Amino acid sequence: MIIAAIGVLILAAAPWWAGRAELRLLGEIYLYLALAYLWNLMAGYAGLVSVGQQAYVGFGGYMLFALTMFGGLHPIAAVLAAGVIAALLSVPVAALIFRLKGAYFAIGTWVTAEVFRLSFAQVSSLGGGSGSSLPVNVVKSLAASRSGREALSYWLALGSAIVVIACVYLFLRSRRGLTLTAIRDSEVAAAGLGINIWRTKLEVYVVTSAFTAIIGGLIFLQKLRISPDAAFSVNDWTAFVIFIVVIGGIGTLEGPIIGTILFFLLRETLADLGTVYLIVLGVLAIVIMLKAPKGVWGLIRSRFDLELFPLSYRVKTDTPDKGA
Amino acid sequence: MDWISALVQGTLLGGLYALFAAGLSLIFGVMRLVNIAHGDLIVLAAYMGLSTTVMLGIHPFVALLIVIPAMAGAGYCLQRAVLNQTLGDDILPPLLVTFGLSVILQNALLEGYSADPQKLSAGGVETASVQLGGLSIGVLPLLTFLIAVAVIAGLQFIFYRTAIGRAFRAVSDNADIAQLMGLNKAHIFGLAMALALAVTAIAGILLGVRTSFDPSVGGARLIFGFEAVIIGGLGNLWGTLAGGVILGVAQTLGAKVDPGWQLLAGHVAFLVVLAVRPNGLFPRVAH
Repeated sequence: MIIAAIGVLILAAAPWWAGRAELRLLGEIYLYLALAYLWNLMAGYAGLVSVGQQAYVGFGGYMLFALTMFGGLHPIAAVLAAGVIAALLSVPVAALIFRLKGAYFAIGTWVTAEVFRLSFAQVSSLGGGSGSSLPVNVVKSLAASRSGREALSYWLALGSAIVVIACVYLFLRSRRGLTLTAIRDSEVAAAGLGINIWRTKLEVYVVTSAFTAIIGGLIFLQKLRISPDAAFSVNDWTAFVIFIVVIGGIGTLEGPIIGTILFFLLRETLADLGTVYLIVLGVLAIVIMLKAPKGVWGLIRSRFDLELFPLSYRVKTDTPDKGA
Repeated sequence: MDWISALVQGTLLGGLYALFAAGLSLIFGVMRLVNIAHGDLIVLAAYMGLSTTVMLGIHPFVALLIVIPAMAGAGYCLQRAVLNQTLGDDILPPLLVTFGLSVILQNALLEGYSADPQKLSAGGVETASVQLGGLSIGVLPLLTFLIAVAVIAGLQFIFYRTAIGRAFRAVSDNADIAQLMGLNKAHIFGLAMALALAVTAIAGILLGVRTSFDPSVGGARLIFGFEAVIIGGLGNLWGTLAGGVILGVAQTLGAKVDPGWQLLAGHVAFLVVLAVRPNGLFPRVAH
């Protein structure tokens, strides 16, 4: 706990010790980490495998642009508002696509993302198919100087990642988390115990959508430019996130951290190879899914009985123990 | 007259979508596997067609004689070597493995053929048309539709009239009991994937002759096929053809109103069907 706090403090101080390029990279890492946690909560715990999370990433980005340009909102307020609007929007979306089961649900989420992409491409005031840039006065309203702006967007990224991780952790520790675990282990048994499966999944879907839209807003606050193809890219916002979670360990809370670190290490070393890098990632994900379904963290855990985020329950014995 | 023409074009386009969907429907029916890489496999078939036509200087339809067995063989190997290991109660492994496969295929094609759009040239077939009661109908779309009808009729025949079809239905109903009865389910699954990819090969070549393609278009083909399956109703091949037609008509009518609405109109039609008839328009009666 103390080590984690010191680690966060060191990272929070990064604007004073890191260069601009590193700051940008770190910011990107935090945002991917947050996306990975959210996808992991849906797929690894709620059994909602989505390949359409780019719908909400892009929606958040576009809401940031629309609300600041036409609503005159402060960018941070716009990002938060994007989360609220995404939550409201996700309810009717869920009502439709929850009718599809399992893998068909996955493709249904993709269709939703396509509908979002095509719809925003029709909005000519947001640049239509070619997209638009964030106006200078909006960018200036964030912070006057360039370095101040970069530091602020770095802190926003770090803060959002910490909030997402904390929320997911606390959610899974709560009574609802237990409900979710019950559903994951056996839907039939969970329903038999009186758990409303549909509603529990809906709650997870709505909350993840809201957070994903907020992260999407922050991503495009960093990029300052948006276009339908970039905002709703299935590769950038879903494929990479899935690889991160699968490689790190799906259905574990530690997995996404390891996955993100491995993903960015691979990317920084292999990025020059271009497409070969993506082929390597794909092969790696398939091999891990087949040979070690719990990912790298599952391998570590099976050897060392270690938990960074205590989630599992142990049988208590009468002898006074020294705590878990 | 313009609207009737759009209606006819859409119906014929639906034949192509039904071909995209037939393979998807087949493998879901037999082994409950949803193949996210299906669209990329269609594109792979189109590129195979490109290579064979360019290297051997043959017509794309003749190239089918090479591409169909090649895709079928690849499907059998893929199923036995990789996908059979993912089948089970958990839906995650097949989904994520085929997703990984989709990314691999897309980037391998990008590496091999670059991102330039390509097209299969089929002599004059693409532009030829016939006059029918004042309507001008393209020969290629008409041919595509007839092929789709023939393929679906063929699949129906295989499923309900042959020994291998009986084996498909047996492992679909209960793979373990079928195994006890002397069927090797790993082999049957391999054959089902081979058959599905043979259909995919036909779909890929027809796609390549009809429009230009590049390595990134697979995702959209998967979505069209999937929408046709859901609109038509799971497990009903003729329903899938109807679903493809509805999707095709929605797209051409949408494009008639505004070119930007073509794809959107198709997706909206799908969402409306999902809202009104969640099981599709022609669901197979539970047996």
